[in-house]
Amino acid sequence: MIGSPDVVAFTKEDEDGQTNPDPWAVPDEFSVPLHPLADSNPWAKTSYAKFTKDFILISEFSEQVGPQPLLTIPDDPKVCGTFDLNYFSLRIMSVDYQASFVGHPPGSGYPRLSFVEDSRVVLGDSKEGAFAYVHHLTLYDLEARGFVRPFCMAYVAADEKKIMLQFQELSLRFSQASECLKAGNRRAFAKELQRKLRDLEYTHSVLQREEGLQREAGPQCLYSAHAVEKANELANVEKSIYEHRDLLRQISSYQHRPRRDPHSVTCQKCMNECLSECELLDKYTKLAQPFNYNENGEKGQGRVDGEGDEEEGVEEQEEGVKRRPSYTPQLIKAKSAKCFDKRLKTLQELCDETFYEATVELLKETERSFRGDLCYLHTLRLDKALRRKQKIANFLFEEDLGDDDEDEVGTLRPFCAVNHAVDNCILLNPPPIMLGPEPLKLDALEPPDPLDPASETSHTQDSELGLGQSHMESSPSDQTLETQESSEETKGSLSSDKSGVGQEEKQQSRASMKSEAPDPDSDLTPDHNHDLESSSEEMETTAGEDEGDGGDQTPVSLLEVVPGLEASREDECDGVNELDLLVPIDTACCMAQEGFLYEASAPVAVPYLRQNSHPQPSQTLVVNQEPQALLPLQDDYTVGSPSLESPAAGLNLPVGLLGDAVSRTSAEDGSDCTTSASTGSDRAASPLGYGGVVTLRQRKKVGQGALKFVRQYPFAMQALWSLLSGRTLVVLGVDEGRVRRLVAALALFVPGPGKCAERVQAWLSCPFSLTDLQRWKLIGLQRVASPVGSSMLYSLSRYSRYISILDADQKTLRCPPYRGQLLANVADHRTYIRRGSTYFLHVQSTLCRLAAKAFLFTFTHHLHLPVSSAEGPEVVEGRRRCFLQEQLGLGEEDSQILLYLSQLITQQYLKPATGSSAAAPCFSFNYTTSVLYKI
Amino acid sequence: MLRWILGGREAQGSVEKSSVLCIGEEQPKNCFTELQVLKGHFDIVRFLVQIDDFRCASAGDDGLVLVWNVETGERLQALRGHSQQITAITTFTCKNEVTSHTSLITASSDRSLSLWDPDTGNRVQTIKDLQSSVKCLLVLERLCLWVSGGEELCVWSGDFQLQCHKQNHSDTGITALIELPKNCIAAAMDKQILIYRLTVSTDSSVSVAEICCLSDHQDQIRALININDGLFASGSHAGELILWDSIDWNILAYEHILWEESQAGSQTEIRLGAPKPSEMSIQHLTTNGKLILAAVGSGLYVYNVQIKSVVAYKKVAHDSNVLHTMMLSDSELMSCSEDGSVRMWEIQDLPLPAEPASPGFFGMWTFGRSNKPPGPPSKKVVDVPTIRTLELTGDLIGHSGAVQMFVSFEENGLVTCSADHLLILWKNGDRQSHLRSLALFQRLEEKGGL
Repeated sequence: MIGSPDVVAFTKEDEDGQTNPDPWAVPDEFSVPLHPLADSNPWAKTSYAKFTKDFILISEFSEQVGPQPLLTIPDDPKVCGTFDLNYFSLRIMSVDYQASFVGHPPGSGYPRLSFVEDSRVVLGDSKEGAFAYVHHLTLYDLEARGFVRPFCMAYVAADEKKIMLQFQELSLRFSQASECLKAGNRRAFAKELQRKLRDLEYTHSVLQREEGLQREAGPQCLYSAHAVEKANELANVEKSIYEHRDLLRQISSYQHRPRRDPHSVTCQKCMNECLSECELLDKYTKLAQPFNYNENGEKGQGRVDGEGDEEEGVEEQEEGVKRRPSYTPQLIKAKSAKCFDKRLKTLQELCDETFYEATVELLKETERSFRGDLCYLHTLRLDKALRRKQKIANFLFEEDLGDDDEDEVGTLRPFCAVNHAVDNCILLNPPPIMLGPEPLKLDALEPPDPLDPASETSHTQDSELGLGQSHMESSPSDQTLETQESSEETKGSLSSDKSGVGQEEKQQSRASMKSEAPDPDSDLTPDHNHDLESSSEEMETTAGEDEGDGGDQTPVSLLEVVPGLEASREDECDGVNELDLLVPIDTACCMAQEGFLYEASAPVAVPYLRQNSHPQPSQTLVVNQEPQALLPLQDDYTVGSPSLESPAAGLNLPVGLLGDAVSRTSAEDGSDCTTSASTGSDRAASPLGYGGVVTLRQRKKVGQGALKFVRQYPFAMQALWSLLSGRTLVVLGVDEGRVRRLVAALALFVPGPGKCAERVQAWLSCPFSLTDLQRWKLIGLQRVASPVGSSMLYSLSRYSRYISILDADQKTLRCPPYRGQLLANVADHRTYIRRGSTYFLHVQSTLCRLAAKAFLFTFTHHLHLPVSSAEGPEVVEGRRRCFLQEQLGLGEEDSQILLYLSQLITQQYLKPATGSSAAAPCFSFNYTTSVLYKI
Repeated sequence: MLRWILGGREAQGSVEKSSVLCIGEEQPKNCFTELQVLKGHFDIVRFLVQIDDFRCASAGDDGLVLVWNVETGERLQALRGHSQQITAITTFTCKNEVTSHTSLITASSDRSLSLWDPDTGNRVQTIKDLQSSVKCLLVLERLCLWVSGGEELCVWSGDFQLQCHKQNHSDTGITALIELPKNCIAAAMDKQILIYRLTVSTDSSVSVAEICCLSDHQDQIRALININDGLFASGSHAGELILWDSIDWNILAYEHILWEESQAGSQTEIRLGAPKPSEMSIQHLTTNGKLILAAVGSGLYVYNVQIKSVVAYKKVAHDSNVLHTMMLSDSELMSCSEDGSVRMWEIQDLPLPAEPASPGFFGMWTFGRSNKPPGPPSKKVVDVPTIRTLELTGDLIGHSGAVQMFVSFEENGLVTCSADHLLILWKNGDRQSHLRSLALFQRLEEKGGL
């Protein structure tokens, strides 16, 4: 609320000039610094990009086909638009500065595993209008060349500064993801090694037996060509066994290696688990005489034939690992398959499934947390930093920050994305990862799992991340290097593409595997199409169904490796708040281009993002259109919450990655969202407090409800006063939906509603008691015509002195009269505010001001205690009244609001830290007459 | 208001059926602006005793005794042990030279007596399998003895040794006990008051002897209280109030508390029929030495001992029977009733000759704001120059069942217990908020800043 992004973006221009020191200015730590890039146009950056919003790209340098994109997050083809992922993969893989060393070092007998530290670079591509934070990492694969597979993860954004300023945090996040992948990879690698060793030993024993048979057969056989071959084979197998044993030893010694990278702290638990899985480790590292395979299993099934079986074998092995504790060794063919014939392992296979899922979640969360433009992120962070400083009164009207306060703990603490507790149920329940500078946006109805260790970890990480403001300017060496490069490119105009790409080409010496050099003129050449197809062929789509029809699909859908990801697809309307000021690229042209690209003719039947956009010839548009012309000033653009994610397929998504179905647009928002998930009225009208973290969309909805209430009811002010002064408001009505809507709208004004809006009861259909009044400050009550109803009415009239009653059916309000001025501007019947989100922010700022006053009042010593011993309580009382009336300018009723807020602050402050107090809560009230308001 | 909620068009103008005056929502003299609901009992809470300045114990039909901190509302102890409802509870203070320690004695329908330490929650002593359940308890601190009354009268030493007992031959048994001068005890049993004398012999053995039987009441005795050193009073189901001399047990005054009604021929209301016995039953008596406050049916009567007459009364003070009363000061009274409310009254001098109230005026008195104090209920009263009026100054609404009893902790607040299983701690909101402010600044100082 303090630095609400929407407001700052608009008001920034006005504040530019007013820099002269103000004697009344707040102290430094509470001041709101201006956006560092206040002079630059925050929208300019998104103009040239061919993608609509930032995304994360995972690419691989395949030894068979060269650089290829594997996966984008979010997994939505529209996000990338016409952006050429293949080309960009090439770009990002070409700047791999990992100090890798592969193969046999001179002088050592066995192949050595290279232990490579990750490298981080920022890369720009002005032609594509893309800038990327690129994180390279290396995974181990027994079948790969040099046992390594280079991968990289890139955060692709259109705004260079966004990446530069978030470098530290991006680096931290991606390091975590990388560590997670690598931990899983080591585990899988060790497993694979063990399997291979068993195979080898089995093969060895079979060969030995054959040799023995030959020996028995006679000396003449001993020197036959066949026998020699056998002997060679045996020797090869022995050598191979030694090599693999050494590899196993190397991989298991991984944890003892010194790490230079401060971010790459591995989770000890993962490590230990990994080691404990290396069941054969001890045996192999210690025993000198290894060839002791005893044939307890079946006899290898005699599978010595065709290449096609290899793949099957691998799959079977995969399954075998999961289901059977012990592994049945198999005979290994003497000659391995050719390099290009064999199928390379997918990323999932390379890493443990659990770890892969965890990483994807981690990256999704990262993507989510970096949504919005720099301005937005900046104000969000400012907001949080300020709120963190004002802990005492936050509970009143602020959203819960959702993190604990252990500052600076996370840096060296091993972060583990894998939830160890749920390791067993891998597929159904991927470990919830919660990470983000903005806390996970949870639906208020579904509280996060408090026992989740991963979430706790991530929370501490959060607090650490949030502080990154000051570090952001300082840049590590590789960063500066790339900055220069990329800034040069930025300066180049669009027409100078060719030279830019040419430079790139030179840099691509490492990546010059195939004829993949991009044609600078356009990305519509058949080359690309071909590349795409060929890469898609290599891609292991799980069902293996689209070998042939890859051409008419978007690249991203081809890249969907996990079918389950489909379920958690992005909300189709991207995370653009109407005030968020992300400029959406005209998607029509993107789509037109897409069509051109893949079908070389008409636009495809991809669902349109915007109904008001028309497919147009693309190339000219992309270049010529003014970015400002696309500013979303009409209401059509939907508010997207940064965490939007819809469980559209009805999949049972775990709580951790829960998107909120609530945040779906409904028709009244005027949105043109094409998703079909409907908004149940009950769901939509669920009460919501600040305690649970609120998404932007929820905010808007609540704001709209409140605005409607204020405009509809002339006595809204009295109702709001009732809530703010601590008098329980009962909303009475027959229609549940209507009552719930009213309660949801009014919940905005309940001070200190609790984390899950505990102080609000949306719908009650039984008589309430005094304890209920004490517990709930806002109650929706069913009006029924039955004996139950009459007893309810009895309780209503009995406790009428403690409550205000808003009759939703008769449109009346019975409550004490309010004649104050304080609420006049939030509850203005004839307000000019038309938008829910605007009103929400308006209310928030008013309430924030109130909370600040209450804080001041609460902690001002002389307003509560005598200054000297001569003073009696009357003097203090007089001073207090004077403060309220003259200094704060509050009337009698307005003072009551402040007194109530102050009382809440006091109680919160005095609440024992343990939270478990045996004492019942207090319930304050006063004896005043109520009057009846009618419309 | 009920009509309004039900959907009646005239909201404020509706006349309620309520037969009792209602003060309305504006109560400037009512200082109880904060409450805490204390939960813990599972059945009707019938008894409250004050242990010390900040603790009280509650007991009820669930056999539980709970010890509460009145300042914070915390439950300090739960004394479990009785299997049936508690029939009597009292505090027992052992004083030695320096310290005094207060224990609790409870009696239950399970025919047991227990001594509890409220500090630790321990059951210090217990006596089981009594002949009958004990209905009342009386502590004689001077003799360091205590007496239990039921179908038999038993005298116990401080360490729970039975000293002597006296069998009674009555169906009802002893319902009330008071201490009289000269080691005497008055016990109310049905329509009689029995006077016992305790004799402590030289070897510190105690004997008890019935020395007198006062049988002047026409009906069952409901209340028996000490007024001062020389007087005690008893009230019966039939509305008789008798003042007795504590020394020689003579009747000093015999009042039929509804005397004015039996003579008041002018009142149309009254002539409708003789009052039902429950309407004139003396439910409770309380005194401050000069005045006796009698709860008669649903009305309240203030009786002056000196002039031996009713000085102020409110015939219908509650919707239902008054269960407990208290005199906070010479002019301030408090009463609680089966209707679930606690009311605070003030004895005020009558305003100068008021216009005669119309018959049934009471019944029409609604909750609407009354700027005038309620007029005298009958002409007869106006004629008596000394009579004053009982003015309702506030009511506490919170319980949903009959309020059985209340205990005042003066500035710390008021505890009420009720048939709805709850206790409510009523406090002065201003004072509490001041105390919280103090605590806040103290905490602030401890922490050395925010």
